[in-house]
Amino acid sequence: MAILQIKNLHVSVETEQGSKEILKGVDLTIRSGETHAIMGPNGSGKSTLAYTIAGHPKYTVTEGEILLDGENVLDMSVDERARAGLFLAMQYPVEIPGVSVSNFLRTAKTAIDGVAPAIRPWIGEVRDAMSNLKMDSDFTERNVNEGFSGGEKKRHEILQLELLKPQFAVLDETDSGLDVDALRIVSEGVNRAKQANGFGVLLITHYTRILNYIKPDFVHVFVAGKIAEEGGPELAARLEAEGYDRYVKA
Amino acid sequence: MTEAIIRPGSTGHSHGGAEIPLQTRSERLRSANPGDHIAIDGRDEQWRYLDQLRLAGLDTNVLTDAATELVFTAPSEFDLTLVDAKDDLFGTAGLPEDITSANAWAAANKASKITLTGEASEPAILKIADIKADRAAHIIINSKTHSRGTVIIDHTGDAKLAEVVEIIVGDESQLTVVSIQDWNDDAVHTSAQFARIGRNAKLKHIVVSLGGKTVRVTPTAEFTAPGSEVEMLGLYFADAGQHLEHRSYVDHAVANCKSRVTYKGALQGKGAHTVWVGDVLIRKAAEGTDTYELNRNLLLTDGARADSVPNLEIETGEIEGAGHASASGRFDDEQLFYLQARGINELDARRLVVRGFLNEIIQQIGIESIEQRLNEAIEHELTRSNH
Ligand SMILES: Nc1ncnc2c1ncn2[C@@H]1O[C@H](COP(=O)(O)OP(=O)(O)OP(=O)(O)O)[C@@H](O)[C@H]1O
Ligand SMILES: [Mg+2]
Repeated sequence: MAILQIKNLHVSVETEQGSKEILKGVDLTIRSGETHAIMGPNGSGKSTLAYTIAGHPKYTVTEGEILLDGENVLDMSVDERARAGLFLAMQYPVEIPGVSVSNFLRTAKTAIDGVAPAIRPWIGEVRDAMSNLKMDSDFTERNVNEGFSGGEKKRHEILQLELLKPQFAVLDETDSGLDVDALRIVSEGVNRAKQANGFGVLLITHYTRILNYIKPDFVHVFVAGKIAEEGGPELAARLEAEGYDRYVKA
Repeated sequence: MTEAIIRPGSTGHSHGGAEIPLQTRSERLRSANPGDHIAIDGRDEQWRYLDQLRLAGLDTNVLTDAATELVFTAPSEFDLTLVDAKDDLFGTAGLPEDITSANAWAAANKASKITLTGEASEPAILKIADIKADRAAHIIINSKTHSRGTVIIDHTGDAKLAEVVEIIVGDESQLTVVSIQDWNDDAVHTSAQFARIGRNAKLKHIVVSLGGKTVRVTPTAEFTAPGSEVEMLGLYFADAGQHLEHRSYVDHAVANCKSRVTYKGALQGKGAHTVWVGDVLIRKAAEGTDTYELNRNLLLTDGARADSVPNLEIETGEIEGAGHASASGRFDDEQLFYLQARGINELDARRLVVRGFLNEIIQQIGIESIEQRLNEAIEHELTRSNH
């Protein structure tokens, strides 16, 4: 049983006009097996939260803390966080020219586990995970994210989630840009990985449709850098009907 | 970043960011006599990126022939002889276009002539290792009609060397020439390499520059009959204080030939400087030409500088295609973040990105021993970097 705690988190970015505060006191606790959905208007700071958890150097934490099983995550480098069990499926996955998917996956798996996976079972595991996600096996020979369509990039993120088996998965708009079939396939991938490994999920989305597949235990409304309201799945339905007006005006 | 493609039917010099040379490339002075060449001057296009002092006298000193210091090992399809200016191939691939190669030509009375007959499955290796200062070398490589094979010129150790290499690619032959500059830190080296390509022939010309304080390689290829192809590949890795310069020139003098020039480099450290100038001339007679040249540079740290200049001169519109691309960019921190977010530590992540960048060239070399040596060299360079 693992626990990820975010306490009174304040985060700034450097801009040409000086430092600008984006997160203004976020409190959130996620336990293994739980699914938390975060919904909120564009620019409210959802990706900032996701990147800050992963340790992107662009974001500076000015106050508050992030703890993984009581350990201070903010002291860890990006790769240490990943090895400690944090995974971020990115809204905009990055292209790495000249690095094949198979080389990348094996290198990442070796880094996370601390030992290289045995070759034959590993190849089988990759092949099965790809076929579950309806990814053509040719992808292993292609360069990481290079020339992938938007939807293919998202599948590739979830492929990594299945293979790297983290403690907590932050999914930043994994559903954006997916067609109806892909949405189902990717959601099933997340559910399968979750069932196998029992991780906690922080799911950032604009749409309730993905929540029909990945059922949230909690829904958080994110507005202007903090959580404005929390509730169960019914909150998502209300947001879909009413939008964020009531929070933004308040 | 500049990128341009010129399609059949289009004419003139409308090719994006490429510089139009002041003087057309074909009009450049060619002479084996050092006295005919003007002294190095930073205003001269040929020398604008290189401080004359860095040549340590290769342009002005009296040099000594290094012919007896070269070591040749090769399978039986190759033959090495020492020849002089009376040899019928001597001076047939090209003549010096700058003062350092003219100086080399004047000093190296004997040329090491490598002749390939038949099909060789193993490469010939000419080792130029730890030679004395102020040396000159003249090498002639000739692939006879229908032959196939590879010649590797392997430069290591200390040197102050001005070199000329003539490459005569016989009709219907397929020749690969690899020039490796893996010198010690203080070495100074210039190498003018002239290729003359026969009918239905193919030359693969590979330049790998890793070590040396100043290295300047100027490969040129001239087509003399239709149906031929040249592939020029270059890879370089410059550290602090190194100047690695490559100037390629493809002369499409006849119809229906194809050329591909692909040079990629990585730079790190203060004062690391690389130069790539890629000239392509498509003459009036060269209808049906298909050419593309590309140079990319990856700057791993601040304080490094990469100059990249494609020059495309087109005298006929009746071509298959002509294009160029040139870009120099800083190491992308988003790539680093992505890899680190998957648990890969920073050093390994940098290695992956740099090797990925250079892979495009390494994979095309097609000689396993060299690919392996390059992978090790890149590994070594990256551990040297202060990251
Ligand atoms: N370098 C920067 N300079 C100025 N503002 C910035 C910078 N980086 C981020 N921001 C701002 O921070 C805010 C939060 O951005 P973030 O990407 O976290 O939003 P989001 O909630 O994920 O939005 P979306 O739903 O559109 O993905 C935005 O208003 C954005 O413009
Ligand atoms: Mg976002």
